[in-house]
Amino acid sequence: MEKIVEIRWHGRGGQGAKTAALLFADCAMSLGKYIQAFPEYGPERMGAPVQAFDRLSDHPITLHCGITNPQIVLVLDPTLMATVDVTQGLPADGSLIVNTSKSPQEIRKELGLKNAKIYTVDASAISKDKIGRDIPNTPMLGALVKVSGLLDYDQMIKDTEVKLEKKFAHKPEIVKGNIEAIKTAYDKVKGEK
Amino acid sequence: MPRIARTGNEAMAEAMRQINPHVVAAYPITPATEIVMIFAGFVANGVVDTQFVAVESEHSAMSACVGAAAAGCRVMTGTSSQGLQLMSEILPIASALALPIVLCEVNRALSGPINIHCDHSDTMAVRDFGWIQIFAENAQEAYDSVLQAVVIAENMQVRLPAMVTTDGFIISHCMERVEALEDAEVKKYVGEFKAVNSVLDVGKPLTMGCLDLQDYYFEHKMPIVESMKKAKDVILEVGLDFGKQFGREYGLVENYKMDDAEIAMVAMGSTCGTARVVVDELRGKGVKAGLLKVRAFRPFPAEEIKQSLSKLKSVAIMDRSDMFKNQGGQVFTEIRSAMYGGANSPILTNYIYGLGGREISLDDIRKIFAEQKKNAESGEVSQLIQHFGVRI
Repeated sequence: MEKIVEIRWHGRGGQGAKTAALLFADCAMSLGKYIQAFPEYGPERMGAPVQAFDRLSDHPITLHCGITNPQIVLVLDPTLMATVDVTQGLPADGSLIVNTSKSPQEIRKELGLKNAKIYTVDASAISKDKIGRDIPNTPMLGALVKVSGLLDYDQMIKDTEVKLEKKFAHKPEIVKGNIEAIKTAYDKVKGEK
Repeated sequence: MPRIARTGNEAMAEAMRQINPHVVAAYPITPATEIVMIFAGFVANGVVDTQFVAVESEHSAMSACVGAAAAGCRVMTGTSSQGLQLMSEILPIASALALPIVLCEVNRALSGPINIHCDHSDTMAVRDFGWIQIFAENAQEAYDSVLQAVVIAENMQVRLPAMVTTDGFIISHCMERVEALEDAEVKKYVGEFKAVNSVLDVGKPLTMGCLDLQDYYFEHKMPIVESMKKAKDVILEVGLDFGKQFGREYGLVENYKMDDAEIAMVAMGSTCGTARVVVDELRGKGVKAGLLKVRAFRPFPAEEIKQSLSKLKSVAIMDRSDMFKNQGGQVFTEIRSAMYGGANSPILTNYIYGLGGREISLDDIRKIFAEQKKNAESGEVSQLIQHFGVRI
């Protein structure tokens, strides 16, 4: 990794955008990266549009300004795209990953986006199937690992499993469901080619 | 050493857990709430031996801290903004009684208008109360500085209260990689607390906080003056020793690429990290740029700053707070005063920025350095004091 990779998460309050950003960074750190993860703080209301951010690098990260041109943008809730400009600052070679049942071509048409790479994955359906609830943040981690190529997939799965086992010591079914959701999203995320 | 991912608040709470103070009295306030909330969890789970005093205000929190410290305890607390202001009445009593209380402060704008985001106006408002003030740049420095603050404050030459600050949200809520120490290392590093003049020592009865008028008040302020002088050397010694023991060295200031610099920025807190990136960029283009980070604001490292800046051509002094006196911010005012009477003084300009959490970007810092370059070339000051990034 030559420079710092910056990531922006779009979600609604309560969907786990911040948790996903923290989980991803924590995992990246375990795999040897320097990291930053931080939410955008504003009105914290259930359902309101929220953002969270990650920075990853092989070298210490000193800057502490906001992220305006993320290489990767993730959208946890596709309905946000009607009101929030999720592609703001996204460079021409950047990547947009959307939680939707639609194809990347359909999303491109909806957004009228001329450049950048678009990927889609039905993280909500995967989440309902594997975890039993619509919490798309962990499957989106799988999609992010696949699209970005930033972390080693097997190591990432192993590390996330250990972290979730610690957090949900008395609920092994939650750990299993989340790991399966990440794996499924990793396999199912699709680009335009 | 364990490598952990922690926000600034979590890193400070972790340091507090490892220090395991006798007493923590605190009241929650955004963005410092997590520090005492996490710590209260340690208390509830029996992870620490601390007596946690839940109080009804920050005034009471600092009062309880003073009482516990006077009784001979190692005492810590945390707060921010209005909370620090509500402590104001008690803060100078802590220093006057030579109580080495350590306060984790998260820099946040003062009301009004009410605002929860970062600037330095809260910490600056209590700068003259005899407290040591250390501004941390990131979560790692916050963790390291809280540990060092205990050693500095409790040093027998110093014996003053100390506050370590992080920038609200920018650092307090940003998760970063932190190299922590083992619990046993911290225990050994901070050592056993030595109580001095405990009011609970029945073998040596004494009174604290009594009335002191024209006859002795003045004399009784002098120990703070003396302790602050000694605190400079102690902060340096402690920072050097920390580097020897754990590999991360700290000082009163940090000179970043300043050796042959012609233009520079002076900043405190998280902005320093962003400025480093611009300094590196400029160096890559052959521009002799540097950064002077002021880590200790109290005691004020006037000689060190003078030494760092005297050979420069133009310097941008960053103030994340205004004094509303039409003469610039606190850092600018103090540095100008420190530079007075020197043979060589560079052009000093003041940028009051980032009030209420207003973003300071790489482009902003590039622009400020470009202005320094212009000043250095022309030898003239384009604008002495500016409110940078405000919409007019």
